[in-house]
Amino acid sequence: MENPTNQLLRPQYVLPEQLVKANLAVTSCFQCRKCSGGCPLTFAMDLLPHHVIRLALLGQEERVFDSMTIWVCSGCQTCTSRCPNGIDIAGTMDWLKEEAVRRGRTLPDDMVATFHRIFLESLRDAGGRLSESGLLRRFTLFKMRRQPDFAGLKADLSLGWKLWKRGRVRWRGPSALRGKGEIAEIFRKVEF
Amino acid sequence: MKVTYYPGCSLEGTAVDYAASIAGVASLLDVDLVELFDWNCCGASSAHSLNHQLALHLPARNLALAEKAGRDVVAPCALCFNRLKVAEKTLQGPQGEELGLSYRGGFKIWDLLDFLTQNAFLESLAAKVVLPLMNLKAVCYYGCLVARPPAVTDRADSENPQNMERLLEVLGATPLDWSFKTDCCGAGLALARPDIIDTLVQRLYERALAAGAECFVVSCQMCQANLDLCQERIARKFGQDYYLPVFYFTELMGLAVGHPQAPHWLAQHLVDPMPLLKMKGII
Repeated sequence: MENPTNQLLRPQYVLPEQLVKANLAVTSCFQCRKCSGGCPLTFAMDLLPHHVIRLALLGQEERVFDSMTIWVCSGCQTCTSRCPNGIDIAGTMDWLKEEAVRRGRTLPDDMVATFHRIFLESLRDAGGRLSESGLLRRFTLFKMRRQPDFAGLKADLSLGWKLWKRGRVRWRGPSALRGKGEIAEIFRKVEF
Repeated sequence: MKVTYYPGCSLEGTAVDYAASIAGVASLLDVDLVELFDWNCCGASSAHSLNHQLALHLPARNLALAEKAGRDVVAPCALCFNRLKVAEKTLQGPQGEELGLSYRGGFKIWDLLDFLTQNAFLESLAAKVVLPLMNLKAVCYYGCLVARPPAVTDRADSENPQNMERLLEVLGATPLDWSFKTDCCGAGLALARPDIIDTLVQRLYERALAAGAECFVVSCQMCQANLDLCQERIARKFGQDYYLPVFYFTELMGLAVGHPQAPHWLAQHLVDPMPLLKMKGII
């Protein structure tokens, strides 16, 4: 395999051009590292936020799309708020997530992506509002099918029971909206 | 005063306590919350993570409905508020036309805490306080998305908001200074990566305790859920004995004005605030 440093010496322009077109001005980054300094989630990241921006600028697609970092980012917007060059860093993470899924890439850990997919499916299927209990049921089933964890399931059920007793979970989700047709049309239009 | 109210999905589910306390204090302050007719989910973190078009079209439908109603919009959920603001800015910008969505605007989108801590409300509230929350030492925890990013939220004080502290002073409580009021709780990662929530929230517990706090006050139901529902699990994981009740600011408003339903709202928390309130002689 080629030495990674040599790869960096041959920037690829496709990715940064796509990002800039999406108003994500990674080309404005001068590596001040303020994003990484303020990021509360670096403990769980493999690349720091300023690494992601630099590698994206150099067109290193494999490295940014395969990083855990983009999925660990919670979208708290601290980096975006503090960037002295006005780069929407959290927005860049979102763009990379969406693009990684669109390209059908194998994700380093697909728990977060799957959660988001199930969330949106639940909202679509319920006709416009999210059924929290429906989302919990679907995501728990997914986790159990992926890797049965009965201790975890017991803890989830126990928490669910406590919430149920306090009226904080409804078994039946919200009813579909009057405008459920509009919601279905939105989902069709955006190809989800 | 009439405003359009956009509660969001959680307020019909895990945050019914927040919803009830909002209804309680709004009527006390003569605010008529008219629920946005046929509102839909904003798509939350999931939409903006997987499909940026969806993340605009969902809140844009709510904006169109609000435009028909023609009043200012108040949102109690930080995420709903943020997504509405993003959609507002986008539709008013050059991208609006490309998306084929027309939007004139002409009304203001408020975060509920911002709305209820306007001077006029604080003054009218001060006159109604019958049960000052004396000696209740609290840290105000704003979370992320009400304040950030300022280009979206239009807030000048995004690094150090102060309005919840001002409210607590009116209520007679003691807001403490701390540096983590806008740090992230992990929000939407709660189900997919609970390990991340544990680390972030335990950090917040430790820093609140170091500041001398006995409780948190929040204005976001995701923050409330992560701090309240996970407390037992995190205490066990880190071998600590945390007891930090997590109040919505509206619940404290209700308590201080002697709202008869306030104990009922608090009974829906997992970390029971009653022992603390009894110790303080508030209940």
